[in-house]
Amino acid sequence: MWDFLQNPIFQITIRSLQISGTATLLSALWGLPLGILIGLKSFPGKELIKGIFNALLGMPTVALGLILYLLFSRTGALGFLHLFPSPQAIIVGQAILVTPIIVSLTISAVGSLEPEIADLAKTLGASELEAFFAVLRESVGGVALAIIASFNRAIAELGVALAVGGNIRGFTQILTTYIALEINRGKIEYSIQLMIILLAIVFTITAFTNLLQRRIK
Amino acid sequence: MQKNFIIWITALIFVAAFSVAGTAYYAGSAGRAKLVVSTTTSLYDTELLNTIEDQFEAKYLIDVYFISVGTGLAIEHAERGDADMILVHSPTKELLFLEEGYGVCRKIIAYNFFAIVGPETDQSNIEDLSPIEALSSIVEVGRREGIKWVSRGDDSGTHAKERGLWTTAGFNWTEIRNEGWFIEAGAGMGKTLQVADNLEAYTFADMGTYLKYSKDGIISLAALVTEGEELLNVYSVIAGNQTRHSGINFDGAITFIKFLVSEEGQRIFSSFGKNVYGQSLFYPAVDLLKHNSSPTISQWIENYAFFRGFECPPEYQDDHPELYAS
Repeated sequence: MWDFLQNPIFQITIRSLQISGTATLLSALWGLPLGILIGLKSFPGKELIKGIFNALLGMPTVALGLILYLLFSRTGALGFLHLFPSPQAIIVGQAILVTPIIVSLTISAVGSLEPEIADLAKTLGASELEAFFAVLRESVGGVALAIIASFNRAIAELGVALAVGGNIRGFTQILTTYIALEINRGKIEYSIQLMIILLAIVFTITAFTNLLQRRIK
Repeated sequence: MQKNFIIWITALIFVAAFSVAGTAYYAGSAGRAKLVVSTTTSLYDTELLNTIEDQFEAKYLIDVYFISVGTGLAIEHAERGDADMILVHSPTKELLFLEEGYGVCRKIIAYNFFAIVGPETDQSNIEDLSPIEALSSIVEVGRREGIKWVSRGDDSGTHAKERGLWTTAGFNWTEIRNEGWFIEAGAGMGKTLQVADNLEAYTFADMGTYLKYSKDGIISLAALVTEGEELLNVYSVIAGNQTRHSGINFDGAITFIKFLVSEEGQRIFSSFGKNVYGQSLFYPAVDLLKHNSSPTISQWIENYAFFRGFECPPEYQDDHPELYAS
């Protein structure tokens, strides 16, 4: 058992899950309230903001990776945090990367609700916060989808992890950076094994969500 | 509905706990100092660095973090203060790194040879030519028959060496790089070898990576030109300058340098790959330079990788003369 826990592939897989899981959680922390707020309220410029988040969905990971590297580097604006190279830097990077996904999908999940729900909750005597949770409860399927889609994007990305993590053995090496490295080393068979793990994670989680969504409906 | 909500909250708590546990795990290794070494892909691809890392970490309370990139970016990392030291093979750039005040305490630790490799059919007939003659022949046949040359094209130490060779052979690199037979892979050594293999092209490779890829059956290219002073490849370490970036782990870097030049460290170089490849991928340089045990090679190293006759000029020795005691 101990041998298995020490196995580099197992450790890399766990590290991948942990980094991308934390990143998703982090982005949900600010992305969900933001998405629900934008989805519920009507205000001037709402369409513009939705458009911006939609545009950011296609953010190339190498571009974000470069920007973050320049920020996190010792001589960069955030250099004093000493984040490069570290798993924390990847977490922050992936959280930023998936924020547009959470926000956009939450906006459309909330937008497809009957607009009366928040009002109804409030007329029944709910506070602003209770109304927020009422909306969250009603749109739980869409929100779950937003979170899962974010996680899948995070765990599958390479650019950010390579730029601010550096693919350091036993520290910032995750599935995607490891696969890229092993291909460079010419270890195609090894890369295929790792790829299967990565795909298994992504597909399992997607299937699980579909199942859960159906049960909720 | 209420029940589903509880399921989601439970899932959320689970993920949160998982994240916190993971972060705590990383924080837990804080007892060991951290040493970030930016280095070249050619060293990384052979897996030599894994061996060095394991042996060093078993002996010292320091965790070594290797970031493997081309020499260009490796030096950039150190200049920005992101790496505590560099392990590279590009004397010209190393000198610049020292002169600009980014690094101190340079030590030459190992050497091997580059090789001009190509398809076994060798249409350009370069086998056993001198490196310079071989390049001329490759250009001639390339222009005539379109046989390709694959350059690293990634600003790495190997790339710098290749460009230098083109210049020595009398070609203008900025001109030939635009010609049809000249391909720039923009990739690490391993990848470049694979590209050349697929295109049945010639390329310039360090012997370490070439041997590993060749013996592992990844490529079928032959090493056609392997001898000559022009093909010498010298690996050095340089510590970051702590007066430039106060946050770096300078003591860790010196400890690591001393380990690499020690008998134990040098033995890693001489023994690495011997069992698997039948020959060493790297040769230790410290003893050779100290005792002049192989005058020809010593002379070549001095010609190629010494600065004003010094391995590390005195003004860059930073109060660590013990590193240079003969």
